[in-house]
Amino acid sequence: MFEKLHRSRKAQLWLGLLTGIAFGFLLQKGGVTRYDVIMGQLLLTDFTVVKIMLTAMATGMVGIYAMRSLGLARLNPKPGGVGSSVVGGLIFGVGFATLGYCPGTVAGAVGNGYLDSLVGGAVGILMGAAAFAHLFPRLDRWVLNWGSVGAITIPELLKVNAWIVIVPIVALVLLLLRWVP
Amino acid sequence: MNWLQMEQWSPYAVGIGIGMLSWVSFLLSDQGLACSTAFARSAGMIELIFRGKRVQDKPYYRKFVPEIDWGWMLVLGVLIGAFASAQLSGTFRLQWVPGLWEATFGSSAVVRSLVALAGGALLGLGARWAGGCTSGHGISGTLQLALSSWIAAGCFFAGGILTAKLIFTVIAP
Repeated sequence: MFEKLHRSRKAQLWLGLLTGIAFGFLLQKGGVTRYDVIMGQLLLTDFTVVKIMLTAMATGMVGIYAMRSLGLARLNPKPGGVGSSVVGGLIFGVGFATLGYCPGTVAGAVGNGYLDSLVGGAVGILMGAAAFAHLFPRLDRWVLNWGSVGAITIPELLKVNAWIVIVPIVALVLLLLRWVP
Repeated sequence: MNWLQMEQWSPYAVGIGIGMLSWVSFLLSDQGLACSTAFARSAGMIELIFRGKRVQDKPYYRKFVPEIDWGWMLVLGVLIGAFASAQLSGTFRLQWVPGLWEATFGSSAVVRSLVALAGGALLGLGARWAGGCTSGHGISGTLQLALSSWIAAGCFFAGGILTAKLIFTVIAP
């Protein structure tokens, strides 16, 4: 429906900026541009991060799959597997708890005035990303493709209609949100 | 417009807002909210300045071309949006050391920045290794029910919780 808009580079740059402003505004209002809130989540004393993420996921999921049935959106699942998602995910987790921000909230934290996120966090992420770019050909031959699952969605894996997965997940999220402190 | 000046909104309201924002980004931009690719592109742009055009031949930068795109503008927007929100609620302040860190490890800005630098490097490495971050996998990927994203998001939190416990219960003085 919006293919022409999708292909317009200039319009997309503006849309990216506007979307980002809304995203950053929401992250700051949610409190997750703060180190203390993110660490509270990882220390399991403050569940703000999980509340925001699960609510966003459930809301997004219902809307995106509905839009997809109407031909308004298409999915773009990323490939993954043990060597990429598990190994990379665990390295990310160690960095997440050491820094106390993630790549999105680090930008929000800079906007909030938190200098450790700028001088330490953002610079560190750039170094880490550059290191990965440098190591990529070797890692790709060695570890990244271990136990690959491909770019597949859970309904595709189970060979069922997507709503058979979505409805129980949304129900589970609602239950979980009532249960977390 | 009192609610714009509130210090904090309900996490559920924020979550619904982010979920609806991802409807807009899928509809108008054919993209999910994602932040870590922008850092890879920026790293490439910085390398271009120092090492010249041969950087563009690196296989990774052929996949993720070092240029300003939708996702790069998104991260710039996050900074601006958070600044605007903090200004409106009066919570903007320049701060080197976060409260929880200071209470546990002291008020040295140098120590905190060095640890943040190390954490950031692992975060950047891990994000590109896993092919996404807390937004790209954790929100946009999980909402598409992508298997890789559910695995990655689980590992983000498993690694994060274990490391946080280690830092604050074992290493902490």
